[in-house]
Amino acid sequence: MNDLTINITDKSYLNSTEKSSKQVIKDLQLNLANNEFVCLVGPSGCGKTTLLNILAGLDTAFSGNVSLNENHKAPKVGYVFQNPRLLPWRTVQENIELASEEKIKTLDFLLESMGLATEKDTFPTHLSLGMSRRVAIIRAFAIDPDLLLMDEPFVSLDPPTARQAQQLLIDLWSKRPHKVLFVTHDLREAITLADRLIFLNSNPMSVITEIPVSIPRKERRQEAKIEQFRQQLFIDYPEITALL
Amino acid sequence: MGFFYRRSILSLLSISAFLALWYGLAVYLNSETLPTPVTVAKVLIAEIQSGQLTHHLSTTLYRLSISFSIAMLLGCAIGILLGRHKKLDNFLDNWLVIFLNIPALVTIILCYVWFGLTETAAILAVVINKLPNVIVTIREGARALDTELLDMAKCYRFSKSKTLRHVIWPQLHPFVMAATRSGLALIWKIVLVVEMLGRSDGMGYQLHLFFQLFDVTSILAYTVAFVTLIQGIELLILKPLDKHAQRWR
Repeated sequence: MNDLTINITDKSYLNSTEKSSKQVIKDLQLNLANNEFVCLVGPSGCGKTTLLNILAGLDTAFSGNVSLNENHKAPKVGYVFQNPRLLPWRTVQENIELASEEKIKTLDFLLESMGLATEKDTFPTHLSLGMSRRVAIIRAFAIDPDLLLMDEPFVSLDPPTARQAQQLLIDLWSKRPHKVLFVTHDLREAITLADRLIFLNSNPMSVITEIPVSIPRKERRQEAKIEQFRQQLFIDYPEITALL
Repeated sequence: MGFFYRRSILSLLSISAFLALWYGLAVYLNSETLPTPVTVAKVLIAEIQSGQLTHHLSTTLYRLSISFSIAMLLGCAIGILLGRHKKLDNFLDNWLVIFLNIPALVTIILCYVWFGLTETAAILAVVINKLPNVIVTIREGARALDTELLDMAKCYRFSKSKTLRHVIWPQLHPFVMAATRSGLALIWKIVLVVEMLGRSDGMGYQLHLFFQLFDVTSILAYTVAFVTLIQGIELLILKPLDKHAQRWR
């Protein structure tokens, strides 16, 4: 298995007049080690979603290169979008199974642990937003991804559900490690989850600083530790206060 | 349930009122050109028993289903293509406008002149008349496809057929149904003209014959059979299809 190296020299969008263009990403270099959990933190509109779309192969209009290849085989990418993006005309189970090429052995376990066991045959239009988000998360887990992209997946979940989903994410990830790139606004969430935090600024997007999270995983459930780490961050890296 | 019960009573009442009106008018006018519903019903039964009506109706139905299927299949394929490829759409848009505006009668006459008074020419004429409508309707649907869902499908590596079946088709379904409904209404009318001008069987041919004989009773009997059949298609095929496809709403 290889590292993921991202080197994007330029990503620009043409304005609607097609006369001028806006540069979103400039000279961005990122490296993801194998099985690493990385959180991207930055102001909204700084191009994080654009970056994830490039990594997912949905956006190819950029200069630079992204090397994702593992053993000369395209890696499986699980993507939890900002909106759930479920097919409204397929049931919860069908939505999850359609995304996966093989039969999913852990489906019942995943549904159970996300509190969706009884919603297997429900159509997404009858689910709440929080439930739909959880289905989208299961869909991404279920394919056993080599790279998991998550674009603020827990936004608008109520705090207990969000905590539960975070815990599940970590459990699943420790059981079957893979690379995770997780976009969030919430610094506490980022500290709870990540091996490493990457702070980004906007116009165009570039890396401000990278900070490894030194709290051992076992102690991450203690709010005090997280809070303490967060306060220390603001003291050590005053430049990040402007981002949040 | 009470609602449906009341509704069926209401539609029964409205049909009875229509028949009563017809009957009253026919008795009042007492003319050869407007027979009563009873006379029409008698002729209808006689025509069914002789096998005449069944023969001509099924011939027309056969032409209808062949030309309808061809027009829908081709129309969906071309419509999706044009909806997804802007350049191609810009190029072919003028063709569509031209074909949309050629009168049905012109296409029919030209098909018969160029290809002879054959079955193929008859079906071709109907298809050409219907095709532009299907293309335009489906194209609208294909333009409005949800790109977020298409991206999702791409990211999760849906195959082409999987994407078509699970992502694109359900979104096009309302447009396909619209094209089907408007298409049936249109094709019925065109098929009759096609048969009248260049075929020696089918409803159109029969109606033309009755017209020359001034046989209004038979014309009305055939019309009743006709309307019943279309309603049957709507109730037995289209409505259940709709219901099945809308179950997720």
